[in-house]
Amino acid sequence: MWIYEKKLQYPVKVSTCNPMLAKFLIEQYGGADGELSAALRYLNQRYSIPDRVIGLLTDIGTEEFAHLEMIATMIYKLTKDATPEQMKAAGLGDHYVNHDNGLFYHNAAGAPWTATYIQAKGDPIADLYEDIAAEEKARATYQWIINMSDDPDLNDALRFLREREIVHSLRFREAVEILKEEKDKKRIF
Amino acid sequence: MFTLYKTYRPFVGPFDPCPPIRVKSFSTPPNLYIGFQPNNFPQFTPMEALRAGTLWKPLYDPYYNSRELAKGGNPL
Repeated sequence: MWIYEKKLQYPVKVSTCNPMLAKFLIEQYGGADGELSAALRYLNQRYSIPDRVIGLLTDIGTEEFAHLEMIATMIYKLTKDATPEQMKAAGLGDHYVNHDNGLFYHNAAGAPWTATYIQAKGDPIADLYEDIAAEEKARATYQWIINMSDDPDLNDALRFLREREIVHSLRFREAVEILKEEKDKKRIF
Repeated sequence: MFTLYKTYRPFVGPFDPCPPIRVKSFSTPPNLYIGFQPNNFPQFTPMEALRAGTLWKPLYDPYYNSRELAKGGNPL
C-alpha cells in the first residue's frame, strides 16, 4: 500500500520556454534507464530477494516514482503552451501528431517503453548489481541532459535528481555488503 | 589531489575531421569510495540537505555543465 503526498519531492521550476529540452528529458521518463524503468525494476525485484534488503527496494522504488513525477512536471511545463509549429521546431513533430502535447512513455528517440528494459534474474547479487548499474546509467543520463540545458532552474532540479542516483547507488552497494555477511567480521584469509 | 572528476588525454590523429577535444573528463562519484557508510558521517542541516539532495556531506557531488562551471557553478 502507498500513501500519496500531494507535492513534488523537490520543487520544479522552468525559467525558459524551450520545448526541445522536453525532447531530451523524455529519456528519463520512458527510456531504458529512466525513472519508470527504475521504479518498476526495484519494486518487482522485491519478491525474490532476502528479507534484509526488501525494505531498501521498496523505499528506492517508491522514490523513483516521485522522480518520475518531477520529470513529468518538467516536460509538461516545457510543452504545455507550445504551438504545433514550436513542437515541430523542437523536433517534437512526430510526438505531436501521435500525442498532441500529452506525455508518453518513450525515450528521446521516440522508441516506446518496453519491459525488456528491466530484468529480474531472481539471483540477489545479479539483481543488485543490475540496480547499481542502472543508478550509474541514470546519473550519467542526467549529466548529459544538464550538458544540453542552459535553464538554471531546471538544471538545479536535475542536479538534485542526479545526487539521488549517487545516494541510491551507495545504498545498493551496501545491500550487497549486507548479503555478503562479512561486515564487522574479523577477516582471516 | 583527490577529485571526483577524472581526466584523460585521448589519442589525437593527424586526420581527425573535427577539432580535437584534447582532455576528456568523467565523473567518479563519492559512492565509489565509501563502500559501507560508517557511523557518525558529517551531516548537512535539514534545510541544506533538502536542497543538496542528500543529508550526508561526503555524498554531495553537484554536476555542472561547462557553461555553468565558467560562471563558477552555484554552490549550496
